[in-house]
Amino acid sequence: MVRFILSKLLYLVPTFIGITIIAFSFVRILPGDPVLLMAGERGVSPERHAELSALLGYDKHVVLQYFDFMGRLLQGDLGNSLVTKRPVLDEFLSLFPATVELGLCAIIIATLIGVPVGVLAAIKRGSWFDQVSMTAALVGFSMPIFWWGLLLIIFFSGILGWTPVSGRISLMYYFPDVTGFMLIDSVISGQKGAFVSALRHLILPSVVLATIPLAVIARQTRSAMLEVLGEDYVRTARAKGMPQYRVIGIHALRNAMIPVVTTIGLQIGVLMAGAILTETIFSWPGIGKWMIDSISRRDYPVVQSGLLLIAALVMVVNLLVDLTYGLINPRIRIK
Amino acid sequence: MKKLMLFASVLAMSAAAAQAKTFVYCSEASPEGFDPAPFTAGGTFDASAHPIFNRLTEFKKGTTEVEPGLAESWEVSEDGTEYTFKLRQGVKWQSNAAFTPTRDFNADDVIFSYDRQGNAENPWHQYIPGITYEYYTSMDMQNLIKSVEKIDDYTVKFTLSQPEAPFLANIAMPFASIVSKEYADALDAAGTREEMNNTPIGTGPFKFVAYQKDAVIRYTKNPDYWGTAPIIDDLIFAITPDAAVRLQKLKAGECHLMPYPAPADIDTIKADPNLTLDEQAGLNVGYLAYNTTQAPFDNPKVRKALNMAINKDAIVEAVFQGAALPAKNPIPPTMWSYNEAIEDDAYDPEASKAMLEAEGVTGLSMKIWAMPVQRPYMPNARRTAELMQEDLSKVGVTVEIVSYEWGEYLAKSMEAGRDGAVMLGWTGDNGDPDNFLSVLLSCASAGEGGANRAFWCNDEFSALLNDAKVTADPAERTALYEQAQVIFKEQAPWFTIAHSTQYVPMSNKVSGFVMSPLGDFTFDTVDIAE
Repeated sequence: MVRFILSKLLYLVPTFIGITIIAFSFVRILPGDPVLLMAGERGVSPERHAELSALLGYDKHVVLQYFDFMGRLLQGDLGNSLVTKRPVLDEFLSLFPATVELGLCAIIIATLIGVPVGVLAAIKRGSWFDQVSMTAALVGFSMPIFWWGLLLIIFFSGILGWTPVSGRISLMYYFPDVTGFMLIDSVISGQKGAFVSALRHLILPSVVLATIPLAVIARQTRSAMLEVLGEDYVRTARAKGMPQYRVIGIHALRNAMIPVVTTIGLQIGVLMAGAILTETIFSWPGIGKWMIDSISRRDYPVVQSGLLLIAALVMVVNLLVDLTYGLINPRIRIK
Repeated sequence: MKKLMLFASVLAMSAAAAQAKTFVYCSEASPEGFDPAPFTAGGTFDASAHPIFNRLTEFKKGTTEVEPGLAESWEVSEDGTEYTFKLRQGVKWQSNAAFTPTRDFNADDVIFSYDRQGNAENPWHQYIPGITYEYYTSMDMQNLIKSVEKIDDYTVKFTLSQPEAPFLANIAMPFASIVSKEYADALDAAGTREEMNNTPIGTGPFKFVAYQKDAVIRYTKNPDYWGTAPIIDDLIFAITPDAAVRLQKLKAGECHLMPYPAPADIDTIKADPNLTLDEQAGLNVGYLAYNTTQAPFDNPKVRKALNMAINKDAIVEAVFQGAALPAKNPIPPTMWSYNEAIEDDAYDPEASKAMLEAEGVTGLSMKIWAMPVQRPYMPNARRTAELMQEDLSKVGVTVEIVSYEWGEYLAKSMEAGRDGAVMLGWTGDNGDPDNFLSVLLSCASAGEGGANRAFWCNDEFSALLNDAKVTADPAERTALYEQAQVIFKEQAPWFTIAHSTQYVPMSNKVSGFVMSPLGDFTFDTVDIAE
């Protein structure tokens, strides 16, 4: 097992270096530069442009800039935002908990609904439940998040008035960040009604963010279940007269979960992509919206370091998934 | 008894809390920071310069007229190069948990506020690595202001290198906000200079309380404010980037007022009995700038002919949905010196065709640049370009529409050899015609990197602008600018499109909000009915 973990960790090193190169060059390939975007319609003279570029260190050769970036990175310095002038890491840490809170809620919703729906659809293959749920999954998978979010806001917040439109908590509550997780901080604050308010604010955005992963998980669970249900050992278990719930719950589900766990892990990347739009619609102060703003302003340090942090995170999650996978299925870690 | 008293005091406190008026503004974007000097975005100024700070001179609410601010009065020397300001006495600096001022606002603060921007040797010039003062620099203040001297604690003298008529309007702009020298010294001593930008201390109507990036900014009424105290007790900015969501929040009562509604939502807002829609002619212009250095667009008659081929009213109707005034001059009609007498080129395809033929221009094909983003002066550039394309095809001109990503668009449209006419616009900073005409059309701005995208340099026109700049008498200045607009119209470096209307939707409960021609959002006069 130790060798398995070490070999996985070794793979991370070249991947990480590759990501630094991609993150660094991606934002520089985009046309336009931060100085021009800051000047806007006003324009900027070539002299002033050169002066500002030099001040920001963008007059050097791009390869030198990369080594500067890596050098500082190794010292733990991710640079300062060109727009807000604040350290990138500070901004990341202040926004990150909001994205994690939203992402966790979404993945919990997606798993708690997606897995049972997939199992049920597989057991009752061809039934109306199977057909309706799989059609719904296809629709959910193809849903444009922006439109879907706005639709839910108009219906549940605008017409029915059940949920707040946007934000993380009602503005009447005001307490300092402790963990950055609103559900936890609202409890710590001890203010009456704060937790409920935070929860109500979380519902719509997590449902919107959960939509695509839910569809993927339901479909994946269904097909994995169908495959397993056709296996000899399931037939044997049935032949022994084992009750249906034990056949499904113990023999089939456990084996079917292997690809499903991988799928759930892979959804972390999908969640990050979805978070960009979900956070923008729901005015959710997370890193998705932060990245989008920084890309459109060519805030080089934020984009390159932000991408790096996000990529590192996805890598760690994937590593954990691989390890879990090894735990569930001994054959994998032996290979 | 003790318990009863405690109960009574709790009751009193909750009664006070119930009476506290909290105003929520659904702002569009996070501020870049809270120090008004280094930044350029309007949203930043709404969050910093306007609620928290003051300037020597201020724009009178709802106008672009200059009135006394932290300077009570001023005298200008005969030659127009010396401005002596008498400062207001008894103006208190705000306090926060880490800083309590020991003195009132005085001349040291004024000198510090200007010196840190203009003087590279000032230790506060680069108090955060990479910080720059873009407004100060782009308005050439470092060359204009020769010195700022303290005559006594409440008198400062500015010496300029040349007379500059718009000076009093320029220093009413957000970048010229006065910051506390004593606070800067305290931060220096504590080694926390960046707090100048994070936890601002000003003299304005509201005190900064807290900011959570991309979520919320909180302010409270400044009890010691020198001017008319705000009516509301607490001010909250709920940062909501999407226009459709802002409107939903406004309808749901989650905020009281919002900026920048989507043009398509205007009718819905007007129909809503719970909402009020304020509107005002914007201090802006949208235009199409020909490359006047490129044949055949170097010929004013050709430009004029093309202008006559485009149906402006149709654009205003289709693209702006009527929420704009067709533009005939480069400055909007709300600005002083707007030349009412000028007649716009009539829409006349036949005459246009004849004029083009007379100039020997046949089978012309040209590019029209449409920007990829919505701007306050232009809701849909692509659609506008398509309408122009259709109109111009009727006079035998083939138009190819080009567009680039915004950053690239700004860069490429400034390049000297640019092929084609470029669509762009401008929103005024200070209400002075110089801020439109010199920035956008003077010879000085026609060089590489300037904002004169027509590359149009007319000596007579530029001379009028320069004269107007050094003339103090408003009537004389008006005459000069009016004459400049006549030349502009004859020479037609642009097709002037429209001056778009600005809308501010708010709850019916809101009263006292005054729209600013400069597009500022200020809340010291608002009230909310319970």
